[in-house]
Amino acid sequence: MTTKQSETPESAVPRPPTFSRKDLLDIESITEDDIRLVLDTAESMREINQRSIKKVPALRGKLVANLFFENSTRTRFSFEIAERRLSADSIALSATGTSVAKGETLLDTGRNLMAMAPDAIVIRHQRSGAPHLLARHLPCAIVNAGDGAHAHPTQALLDAFTIRRAKGSLAGLRVAICGDVSHSRVARSNVSLLTKMGAGVTLFGPATLLPVEIERTGARVVTRVEEAVEGADVVMILRVQKERGGGLGFPSDKEYFELFGLTPARRRLAKKDAIVMHPGPMNRGVEIDSAVADGPDSVILDQVENGVAVRMAVLYLLIGASGDE
Amino acid sequence: MSEAVLLKGGRVVDPSRNLDQTLDVLLRDGVVAKVDERIAAKGADVVDAAGLVVAPGFVDLHTHLREPGFEYKETVATGTRAAAAGGFTTVCAMANTLPVLDDAPSVAFLVRRIRETAVVRVHPIGAVSKGLKGLTLAEIGSMKAEGIVAVSDDGKPIANGMLMRRALEYASMFGLPVVVHEEDPSLVGDGVMNEGWASTRLGLPGWPNVGESAMVARDVQLAALTKARLHVAHVSTRESLEAIRAARRAGVAVTCEVTPHHLTLTDEDVARSGYDTRFKMNPPLRSEADRAALVAALVEGTIDAVATDHAPHHEDEKALEFEDAPFGVTGLETALPVLVDALLVPRAITLQRLVDVLSTAPARVFSLPGGTLAEGAPADVVVFSTTKSTHVTRDGFVSRSKNSPWTARTLRGRVEHTFVGGREVFARGAGAAEGPR
Repeated sequence: MTTKQSETPESAVPRPPTFSRKDLLDIESITEDDIRLVLDTAESMREINQRSIKKVPALRGKLVANLFFENSTRTRFSFEIAERRLSADSIALSATGTSVAKGETLLDTGRNLMAMAPDAIVIRHQRSGAPHLLARHLPCAIVNAGDGAHAHPTQALLDAFTIRRAKGSLAGLRVAICGDVSHSRVARSNVSLLTKMGAGVTLFGPATLLPVEIERTGARVVTRVEEAVEGADVVMILRVQKERGGGLGFPSDKEYFELFGLTPARRRLAKKDAIVMHPGPMNRGVEIDSAVADGPDSVILDQVENGVAVRMAVLYLLIGASGDE
Repeated sequence: MSEAVLLKGGRVVDPSRNLDQTLDVLLRDGVVAKVDERIAAKGADVVDAAGLVVAPGFVDLHTHLREPGFEYKETVATGTRAAAAGGFTTVCAMANTLPVLDDAPSVAFLVRRIRETAVVRVHPIGAVSKGLKGLTLAEIGSMKAEGIVAVSDDGKPIANGMLMRRALEYASMFGLPVVVHEEDPSLVGDGVMNEGWASTRLGLPGWPNVGESAMVARDVQLAALTKARLHVAHVSTRESLEAIRAARRAGVAVTCEVTPHHLTLTDEDVARSGYDTRFKMNPPLRSEADRAALVAALVEGTIDAVATDHAPHHEDEKALEFEDAPFGVTGLETALPVLVDALLVPRAITLQRLVDVLSTAPARVFSLPGGTLAEGAPADVVVFSTTKSTHVTRDGFVSRSKNSPWTARTLRGRVEHTFVGGREVFARGAGAAEGPR
């Protein structure tokens, strides 16, 4: 990180390693400085993850509750591993369904949990805004681990971390994000983060899978997948979310793959040194060809690996000791 | 209280006679006895109305009183006291109760409850279809005999075009308007807020303008075909306004209403609220372009009336994820201050037109008594200030429910007194009076 010499003497004092907010709900509500702080902190966390003893006492005595109201393997494991590596006590509640379906409201679940004094609640929920509901009513830190079609801020941060490690920086990069944008919280958070950090984002989705006025994000929106991929430094492929109605947007998997899937031929339109990303889980042979997903440019498993470091950073910055205790 | 009330020195605004003048108003024996300069009335209770507006009591074409069946949200007693506190002297009660108002006995029951517990005039609206199921006609003729003033499946659209045609034809035999909640279920799907930039950012399922306007286009053509009376409830989009304008030019008997919230809030308020379900209603808050078009249409007359769509819900029901909470906001107690603050103070509307759309025009739309201070008319009167402020608080509502998007807001405009049939049913600081015996 560079520091300008002309600034006031205070700028020489290192920033306290704390976040500017109580919660991490979405990318829109955090600053560029917050993002840099997370990514820089994640570098140190990554180093911890490469030691033979992958554990530090940073969050000893802190309690983190993981509330997953929607199926998740990657994100849930990633958070749980992050919590353990920081020595936090961690509990998990898996439930499926909405307030209505499970007979207790989300708010009541949250309040009951709060009575046991967690320092942070990590929540994954199929309803957009569910983490905001908890954040409004509970005093602990709320970490959004994906809410409906709204936001997935830790995914965007780990994607940014992965890109930064591969490319050195985010500013000036050309990033293509392709697929089912309508249902994708990953796309929304990534567009928000990448444009905020000075990357140029091009979006492609079948017209049926693009939300209205998406061009107002600042991303360039194109009508052919080839146009999006051409000349890109990063190609990010989105999962077709059939469980959210994505299937109504195209006639068949076969047609989707033929017209929009990332095949080796389409991959070659991007820069030679481009990286290929996917937030998982993949529909092989639908949005991406296995030859690309498993190919030399794929950083899909790096994304998973980096997820742990980024989530360690987020938890540490939100609830870690900041010297004022 | 004596038989007579003298409202002294108020600014009397009566759109039914194009009147706007400082005058005294004498209410006696339940009617407006005299409107004149310096009335002397021995023994009358005198209300000093200097600096205040004296107008015909407001008439709400669209109120959910929730009784019977949902008394934990609202009752005839609490809803009409809320109405009185908002300056409304007449409300029309929607049919989506439990049981649904779809036959004569259920209307007769409600009429009895109104007689026993209401403090303002209440006119029931009967259902269009049995059980609001949109399949077969409700007993519209028998309900008319019990006193319904219109028919509506409000809350639900009439998706079946043939049933809509039959409803218009049948209701016209009884001189009843058909009130439509316009929503094409196949286009709206699981939409919970306006489809636009805000819904895209929030990741919430969108409810597009065309979901409303496509149905309006169908129904004005059916009204033309059947020569029946159509009233479009809570119109919310500029495309719907275009369809209504064109139909009117062609001589179709269509009227429409707009809510205070659609006139003053947009989908960006939903975004700013952070998924606050007090901003969730159906139809949803629209774009700024729609909001501005609604205001213009209200001023110019394409929109006949303001109606609150007062839709009380319990706080527990609203304390859910945005998509799971019920649609609806309360509106009776905030209508006047919201409109004064957002439209009158910035001079977007005249005082005469404001009173017209709240009072005279809605009475005309459903052919109800009221909406006038003509001598001999029912003594239904509201006295309000356009300069004093209302501070909206959660605990300040007379309604049983608190689901208002204006909570914690301070708005110019304040209702001071409400009279129904010459009896004071609301006085600022005194709460609502007991119901008529």
